[in-house]
Amino acid sequence: MSAYSGLSWSDLLFLLDGAGKTILLTALATLFGTVLGIALGWLRDSSRLVGWIVAPYVDVTRSVPLIIQFVLFNSFIAIAGYPLNPLWSGTIVLSSYMGVFTSEVVQAGLQAVRPELRRAGRSLGMGYWTEMRYVTAPLALRVVFPSWIGLVIGLTKDSALVGVIGYIELLRASQILINRTNEAILILLGAGLFYFIICYPISRYSQTLERKLKQ
Amino acid sequence: MIEIKNLQKSFGQHHVIKGIDLTIDKGEVLCLIGGSGSGKSTMLQCINGLHSIDDGKVLVDEIDVFDKATDLNKLREKIGIVFQQYNAFPHLSAIENVALSPRVVKGMKRKDTLDLAAKHLEHVGLGDKLNHYPSQLSGGQQQRLAIARALAMEPEYMLFDEVTSALDPELVGEVLDTMRMLKDEGMTMIIVTHEIPFAREASDRVAFFDQGKICEIGDARQVINDPRELRTRQFLERVLH
Ligand SMILES: Nc1ncnc2c1ncn2[C@@H]1O[C@H](COP(=O)(O)OP(=O)(O)O)[C@@H](O)[C@H]1O
Ligand SMILES: [Mg+2]
Repeated sequence: MSAYSGLSWSDLLFLLDGAGKTILLTALATLFGTVLGIALGWLRDSSRLVGWIVAPYVDVTRSVPLIIQFVLFNSFIAIAGYPLNPLWSGTIVLSSYMGVFTSEVVQAGLQAVRPELRRAGRSLGMGYWTEMRYVTAPLALRVVFPSWIGLVIGLTKDSALVGVIGYIELLRASQILINRTNEAILILLGAGLFYFIICYPISRYSQTLERKLKQ
Repeated sequence: MIEIKNLQKSFGQHHVIKGIDLTIDKGEVLCLIGGSGSGKSTMLQCINGLHSIDDGKVLVDEIDVFDKATDLNKLREKIGIVFQQYNAFPHLSAIENVALSPRVVKGMKRKDTLDLAAKHLEHVGLGDKLNHYPSQLSGGQQQRLAIARALAMEPEYMLFDEVTSALDPELVGEVLDTMRMLKDEGMTMIIVTHEIPFAREASDRVAFFDQGKICEIGDARQVINDPRELRTRQFLERVLH
């Protein structure tokens, strides 16, 4: 019985607070990362020079494990004398990560639109942005959407890594409780269930939307 | 009137248009024939500024297409073009395909553009397909949709680039008929085609393109029935037999 004695209602609140922080961080990184990714993807698609300039950034972000990026970024800004609270450094690193992967997806989406369709739009008198808005973007969106949802789901899980720089999100909160109570299985089941509750509806909703977009 | 003066165009090292002079009057139908790679599509796309040029001039109603001050989007409103590939916007129904540019380019009201689109689709015989998506249309229907979409901008010129080349033989006729109908309505047209009998009967003049130049141009019947140039004769023999 002693195993249960450590867990209390306030611990549940602690976990819920962690869950809220997971959602907050994921939402911020999704927002900023997607905006960054669209801009970056468009730039990389329209200009070879830009693609070439940002290549080192893209390669490093894609190849270095996220956990190392969090620690290095956090130490770097601390050394530089601009320490940020963990939420913001986490948001910056995750957004940059999300941005790079989104830009790849966006680029693929833009390239999937046949140049002849874009030319047809332009020959009807549409300017560059009008054609982009009404022809290319909606078509690219159809291609990109499923992969983008995959990225968001990945991001939700990756946000757990921000624990290493002291952001007490769901997984970190769970670990703290486990250390105190030894209730590893129960707490991890709870935390896992919670990630599932966030991610599963996203993926279900995306499948529905995808079917609608395909029409 | 479309005036092309000493047009020159290269893609990198590849000299594709080697000095073309051509004038198309209002109301005229001109067919362009010639082997693949002779520069017909390139020239057509120079007329509405889809390609840049290296030298020469293209004037559409006295407007210099390649003058930096020319508003190309504005100019393109008066030049409709239909391509060989099916270019209907796949995410839009037939009526939305046609209604799109009057709304987003000309700023017409949505309701008006739908009426306009329905009218043009009926005109090309697609009145019963308004809400079909391109994937639900045959190749011939998609090409007529593309024609309706161009016509909805109320252009003064229509350019056709081998619009029947990708079609199954049994669908060619309906698209040729649509172009004949436009001729009867007085539309000024430049038609790139491999349908030689159609060119002879539906156009006023025929130009034979050869290696980036106009090798022969003249009255449709004369050029096709009785070409002056050996190369024209050889080309016609090749495609007619
Ligand atoms: N965008 C392009 N880039 C490079 N070469 C091109 C391009 N478009 C056409 N060409 C070349 O220009 C030549 C003329 O092409 P085109 O105008 O399409 O001929 P046609 O329509 O008479 O068959 C061809 O040799 C073709 O390979
Ligand atoms: Mg061609």
